[in-house]
Order: sequence, then structure tokens, then C-alpha cells
Amino acid sequence: MQTFDIEAEGLRALNSTLHAQAANTNQTHWEIVNPKGSHAIAVGLDAPIEVNIKGSTGYYCAGMNKQATVHVHGSVGPGTAENMMSGMVVVEGDASQYAGATGHGGTLVIKGNASSRCGISMKGIDIIVHGNIGHMSAFMAQSGNLVVCGDAGEALGDSLYEARLFVRGSVKSLGADCIEKEMRPEHLTLLEELLGRGGCDAKASEFKRYGSARQLYNFNIDNAY
Amino acid sequence: MKDEQKGAPRNTGPHGAPRTMPIQSATFSNPVNAEIRRAAATGIYDIRGGGAKRKLPHFDDLLFLGASMSRYPLEGYREKCETSVTLGTRFAKNPIQLDIPVTIAGMSFGALSGGAKEALGRGATMAGTSTTTGDGGMTEEERGHSNKLVYQYLPSRYGMNPDDLRRADAIEIVVGQGAKPGGGGMLLGQKISDRVAEMRNLPKGIDQRSACRHPDWTGPDDLEIKILELREITNWEKPIYIKVGGARPYFDTTLAVKAGADVVVLDGMQGGTAATQDVFIEHVGQPILACIREAVRALQDLDMHREVQLVVSGGIRTGADVAKAMALGADAVAIGTAALIALGDNDPKWEAEYNALGTTAGAYDDWHEGQDPAGITTQDPELMARFDPIEGGRRLNNYLKVMTLEAQTIARACGKNHLHNLEPEDLCALTMEAAAMAKIPLAGTDWYPGKPGTSY
Repeated sequence: MQTFDIEAEGLRALNSTLHAQAANTNQTHWEIVNPKGSHAIAVGLDAPIEVNIKGSTGYYCAGMNKQATVHVHGSVGPGTAENMMSGMVVVEGDASQYAGATGHGGTLVIKGNASSRCGISMKGIDIIVHGNIGHMSAFMAQSGNLVVCGDAGEALGDSLYEARLFVRGSVKSLGADCIEKEMRPEHLTLLEELLGRGGCDAKASEFKRYGSARQLYNFNIDNAY
Repeated sequence: MKDEQKGAPRNTGPHGAPRTMPIQSATFSNPVNAEIRRAAATGIYDIRGGGAKRKLPHFDDLLFLGASMSRYPLEGYREKCETSVTLGTRFAKNPIQLDIPVTIAGMSFGALSGGAKEALGRGATMAGTSTTTGDGGMTEEERGHSNKLVYQYLPSRYGMNPDDLRRADAIEIVVGQGAKPGGGGMLLGQKISDRVAEMRNLPKGIDQRSACRHPDWTGPDDLEIKILELREITNWEKPIYIKVGGARPYFDTTLAVKAGADVVVLDGMQGGTAATQDVFIEHVGQPILACIREAVRALQDLDMHREVQLVVSGGIRTGADVAKAMALGADAVAIGTAALIALGDNDPKWEAEYNALGTTAGAYDDWHEGQDPAGITTQDPELMARFDPIEGGRRLNNYLKVMTLEAQTIARACGKNHLHNLEPEDLCALTMEAAAMAKIPLAGTDWYPGKPGTSY
């Protein structure tokens, strides 16, 4: 296992060292110590490595991740795993705003709560939150799955496209064009797999599903124009 | 009464008294009334492409003084007049070197056909300049054919991915654009083909509206951290541009520099869009003429003029416009609409088809409908087949060459051996408005409105 002290060696050295790891690297386990809330830790990774961050991080931790597994043993600032392509990001603590924003793929697991705009503009990522999520989550979410074991804040799924939202607890309010949808067997199967991937002990049958009413997909025009 | 029986207009009233002439209202003009009727029939605002069509103070309102007794001109063709520009000298490991200071502005694949994007890449590469992606991701056509490609980072993040980020030559964070400062993108269902839908991860055929704000940062303090992330992902190699619409150029430029930009791109209200509400295009933002000096003043106040480069756009058409923008302090310009016209957009050879669409060559702006007879602003396979990317590239290169030669002609006449050496002192203004906006003396005077120390 490689240990990297970000306080001693700096952010630039950390990211360029991690970027230098090839697909077949033998140095597959990394431990990052003294993160102390630094921004842009472990961003742009593109190798099947596992990175354990021992502490809390600032903005955009694991941004644009590909292939790597990034495990934060603390809480994370805004935009964690933003635009993730593949791989996995696990947060032991809480997440600030925009967690998993615009993510195209991969899995983001937040074991605590997530703040507002969780999964905003998500494009294929799977986000599993053990706790609650804040307001305006999944705004304009295009595809992928958002699983919330706790409650959701105001305006969930506003202007939603084709993403699927599963919430176990209460939803303070639904955003424009977001509606509750029937939970069919294929959704239960999918949700069970997601809950397993996220290490949740919740039962799929306890969740409700929300999605787009698809009423905002085309302009409302009064006649053939 | 005899006239009336023949159906001719009556120019006399009862008893032979003269009638008033029918007078059209300047307020309720025919175009205004037509728009009211259109709104009443459809219940939706007018959406169109292009930039502001209203008459605005512009570069036409400035003139170069030229050399004479007190200035020494350079010999055309014989004496050197450099045109190169380097963008991204502040922080990037690999700044962009361009042979000419005219770049191609961001236009999306989706708004434009794949062939049109290819032609822009071909023409720009031949001319030694850069082209720019748009709100729809990077296509192979444009990456393959563009020697220097600027990758736009937009609120929608359609198609955004770290691999394209790393194979870009620069990154342009789009905060706004001149056609709609404060507005998001639009691409209507007619143009969301399978390929466009797949690149954007959207259902086919929907009327797509992009967000107007970025999803994961708010304000310049956040943007500074976002730029740190993008630089870390790309190992500090790429110049990072920030593009803003012409709104509050002094403060916008100041904050862009504060956030860490290598280059500020400033787009006036004449700058085009693929599709936006007409009310937005015509009523929000400032003309580029009013923006340049304020942006330059911001850079000078920060001691960053020429260190952070300024690229301006919005209504650049000729080498004279290029020279004037640079004399006002810009390092380079960008063209969008002009490049499309060079490719063949709005060409009178398609007049019969423009007529069939209810318009005429030069006025065609319903680019969002995807029926472009020239095959440029469309995703329709039959229309796209009309457009030859190789011929389009040749035409764009020729046009860029002419603009450069024209700008050099002016610079030499002003005694300048590099376009960057043009300066406000080389200019005069023809109108009070242009004098005030560009802070250039009115022709024949040493005064412009607002000149320090000259208030009444």
C-alpha cells in the first residue's frame, strides 16, 4: 500500500502521481492522509485503483472519476464525484451540495446525509444515500438512479427527464413535472441490486418511486404552428 | 364617385374634400403587429437564431486616422505586419499559439450539422486558428479536423467527459453569451436526432432547454475552485477561458480574472445563438462596442492587460472590425455568424427555398426548425448532404485570409508592425454614441462624452 501525505507533498503532486497509474499498475492501494478539507483531491483518476482518504475533503473530491474506487473516511464538500464516468465513490460521512452532479456512470454511496441538489443533472450515475437529501435534488436529472433511504427535501426531481428516484421516507414536495410512479417488479429488482451495492439494509418494498410526468418535454403550443 | 366604381382608392372625401394619408404607426408597426398576431395565434414566444437585428452603435461608427505627416506608415506587402497571438500565458503549461487573431466561436453539434462542424475545423486549421465546441459535446468530425480545439464547459454538461477534456487544446467555461446573458441553451425537437439525443443523453425529439447556471458552482469564489479542479484533472496544461455575455463588462472581467481565467471571452449582443427567445436576443445585453473598453479598463486596473488575453465577439464581419476591436484593446476576436455565412448560410442561391419557408436570403433565422436549405443548421440527412465540408473549409479559410489581409492593411496604414500595436489613439468616432461607448474622440474633436475633466 502507498501512503501519500497531502499536507507534506501537496495537491499537484498527489493528482499527478495518481494520474500516472496505468491500467495494469501494481500500486493498486493508496492511502491519503491529512486531506484537511482540501479541494480537488483525487480528481480525473483513470485506473482501477483504490484510494482511501483518511479525513474530510473540500470541493469536487473524486471529480470526473473513471474506474477508480475512492473511499472517503470523513465528510465531503460540494460537488463530490461530479461528472463521474465509472468506478465507485463511497463517503462515510455527510456530503455537501451537488453530490454526484452531472455524473454519467459509476456509483456514489453516501452513508450520511446529502445536502441540496444531490444528483443535479445526473446522466447515468447511480447515487445511493443512506440518510436524507436536501432541496432541489435530482433537478433536471437525465438518467441513472437516485436512492434515498431517508427523507427528501423540497422540489425533488424538478424538471426531471428519465432518471429514476427511489425514496423510503417522506418527500417534502415534488418539483415541477415530477410525480410518484408505480413500483413494478423490475423496479424492485433494480432497487434491491442498488441497495446491495450501496450496503444498505433497507428493503426495496419500503420505497416509493418517482419519475417524470413528461409534460415539459415539448413546448405547449396552442395550434399546429 | 366614378373612381370608387372602378375600385381605385379614394383620395377625396364627400364634396371633394382632400383625405388624410393612411399613416402607419411607428409604435405599432407592421412587424410589431404581425408578432402580436403570431403570439395571439400560438401562445408561445418567438424563438429564432442569430443575434440582435436592431441597429446598434458598432464598429462602423469608428474610423482609423491613418498615417500622414505626424505618423509613419509601413509599406504594404513589403514590410512585416505580424498577426500571431498567444492565448493562455497566465497559468497554462501549453498556451495556444495562433497565426491569426480571428478564432471560431463555440457552436454546438446539434445546432450545426456534423459536416458544418468539420468545415469549421478544416477552414480554421488551414488559416492557423482555433475552433470551439458547443453545447453538445465534442465530435470526432471537429476534433479530427481542428488543429486547435477549444472545449466548452457549459451548464448542461452534455457529453462532458475527462477524455475529451484531456484531448482539448483549451477549456472555455461558458458563463454566458451575448445573445442571451443570463439565459440557457435551447434546441428544439426537430433537431434532436438519434445521434444528438445520444450525445446529450436525452429522449429523442424533445424540446431541450439547457440550464442557465452551472450545476455545481455558484459565483466567482466557487468558480475559482472549479477551475482548480479542471486544472488538476488536466495537469495544468490547458488554457482556461471564461466566456461572458456583454452585461457588466468591467465587473464580469474583474471577477473572471479573480476566478483564475487565462483568457476572457466577451460576447456582445450581436453575437448569435442557435435558438433563443427573440425578446431575449433583442432586449438583453450590450453591443460589443460598449463592452471592450470597460473590459480592458478592468484588466488594466488589475495590471493584467495582455497577461490575461481578451477575445471579443458579436458582430465581427471584416478585417476593419478586427482591427478596430484590437485597437480598443482586444487580443483577438471570435466569429460565429460570419463564419456560417462564409460556409454558405443565407446564400441567395437558395432564395426559392427561403421563400417557401416564408422568408428571404439574409433574413432566414429559424435555424432551430432544422430546415436550413444550405444544410448547415440542420440534422436532416437530405439537407445535410447538400453541404460539402471540404468546399466549406476552403471558403472559410479564404474568408479568414481576407479578414487578416484587411486588418494588416489598416495596421500598416497606421504604422503598426503587429496588429497588437493598434491603439485607441489610431481611431476617431463618427457619432456621439460611439464616442461615448468606445471612449474615442468624436471626429474633428479631442472630446468624447464622459471624458475625465470635461464635465460641464
